[in-house]
Amino acid sequence: MEGITNQNGMEPVLRFIDVSVSYTPGVYAVKNVSTAIYPNTITAVMGPSGCGKSTLLRAINRMHDLYANIKTTGQIILKGKDVLKTDPMEVRRMAGMVFQQPNPFPTMSIYDNVLAGYKLNGIKLNKEEKDEIVEDSLRNVALWNEVKDAMNKRGSFLSGGQQQRLCIARALALKPEVLLMDEPTSALDPISTNRIEELLLELRKQYSMLIVTHNMSQAARISDNSMFMYLGELVEHNNTKQMFTKPRNRRTEEYLTGVFG
Amino acid sequence: MKDKIFRFLLFLAAVLILLLTAGIVYALVSRSTEAFGEYGIWSFIVNPEWDPRPATEEYGAMSFILGTLYTAFFALFLCIPFSFSVALFNGEYFKGMKISSAVRSVVDLLAGIPSIVYGLWGFYTIRPLIIDLGINAQGFGIFLSSVVLAIMIIPYASSLSTEFLSMVPNNLKEGAYSLGATRIEVIRHISIPSSLPGIVASYILALGRALGETMAVTMLIGNTDRIPQGLRDTGNTMASVIANQFGEADGFKLSSLIAIGLLLFVITAIINMIAKLIMKRVSRL
Ligand SMILES: Nc1ncnc2c1ncn2[C@@H]1O[C@H](COP(=O)(O)OP(=O)(O)OP(=O)(O)O)[C@@H](O)[C@H]1O
Ligand SMILES: [Mg+2]
Repeated sequence: MEGITNQNGMEPVLRFIDVSVSYTPGVYAVKNVSTAIYPNTITAVMGPSGCGKSTLLRAINRMHDLYANIKTTGQIILKGKDVLKTDPMEVRRMAGMVFQQPNPFPTMSIYDNVLAGYKLNGIKLNKEEKDEIVEDSLRNVALWNEVKDAMNKRGSFLSGGQQQRLCIARALALKPEVLLMDEPTSALDPISTNRIEELLLELRKQYSMLIVTHNMSQAARISDNSMFMYLGELVEHNNTKQMFTKPRNRRTEEYLTGVFG
Repeated sequence: MKDKIFRFLLFLAAVLILLLTAGIVYALVSRSTEAFGEYGIWSFIVNPEWDPRPATEEYGAMSFILGTLYTAFFALFLCIPFSFSVALFNGEYFKGMKISSAVRSVVDLLAGIPSIVYGLWGFYTIRPLIIDLGINAQGFGIFLSSVVLAIMIIPYASSLSTEFLSMVPNNLKEGAYSLGATRIEVIRHISIPSSLPGIVASYILALGRALGETMAVTMLIGNTDRIPQGLRDTGNTMASVIANQFGEADGFKLSSLIAIGLLLFVITAIINMIAKLIMKRVSRL
């Protein structure tokens, strides 16, 4: 894709080739999407409600497999692997997901929440490895200092913003290739939102991220590239600065200037 | 005006129900005093003797309390694998699908079968099996009663635990799946722990039903008035001894039977209260 920021000329970490998703046969929520995501970038996914942003994101880690009626076609290549032909469990470990509503596991302590990916996958770790993963992951999301004395408390006791950072830590603990975030700050107050944005900019050094957002200033603040979707199609995928200053498509321009959406 | 009359009638009905309940408790208490007064409440409870012979007449509740606990807990134990499978089937694997509502209606049908029919079925169908298996010679006893009771309480245990399992929020399950968990792992580490208090409460309620079940147990337990020496033995539960003996009882014996009825009422009430308390706490989460 021309125009997309690819700071270090690397191979894409994620490729979409003619990806379509349908909830009902013949009706496509995502239509023929083809594009690429490069390492160490933040990509904002924008577009009016119902245009297929969540659907596209959830195709990457095969969340659609959980529901019998949903069909995904095309190819999604994550780190050289064809996602749709790989074991979904493996794919999901490679692609961490952060949801709109913070969803720490209420029956687990903060410590166990961070390690949940290992526990759920039946991966045995010794105490030192566990401690190290927990501390690293929580430092990564700047939550360590706030919770290091409350490791055994339930995750659900934290504030919304802390819970969301815990969920990011939980996803990062598995060392994924990409981080998929579906409106991760829309349920949070401005201060928590701000902290998460700073955090994402920090995490960009190690990870590639896709973030669905309705907040255009958020997209402008943190993303390198932006995707604009409309009625299931990827209308434009461009460097964020270019897209915000000189959109190539009329619909993108209308959306960004608030004519609709 | 009409509204006022209607409200008054509702109020009257509520008061009447309260009075009725109080009346039942009063009748039980007043007619138990003879037995409790003679032996003392505690001695009556812990005494395992039940001897109606006029010369050595002596009554205690312990044999029946133990008979009740053995039967009910063994029935609960037997029912868990089945009702739990039904709950997982309906509340997780096939949640919201046609097959699940079909299974649900069949299980609910079990709850509608009259107790006496279960008794007959146990007597003519299960008892010969128990004899063939060599569990005991006559077939009657704790084992037979518990098997039939277990089937009787499956609908109660499973329908409530299905509710609790299906209430586990989807975003928690998706969160676990997104970390690469398989379905079994999600069930084990997320669904069951999140709904555990509710599931436990459902089983406690089912236990409450097993404790008070009378007709089928009376027909199957063998009706012996001593502490059962294990699951193969015969015995009597608190409910079955009352059903079995109240007809020809008077005086002390009748008062003792009523005292047992009062104890059963108290035990069942406590059990139900515990279950309700747990459920209240669950719904607050
Ligand atoms: N479970 C579902 N079953 C059927 N159709 C669905 C389902 N989920 C989404 N859709 C449809 O798919 C299309 C895309 O939905 P999607 O949730 O991906 O939109 P979105 O861009 O994420 O919207 P929003 O900004 O509101 O979150 C919509 O038309 C929606 O109605
Ligand atoms: Mg969405």
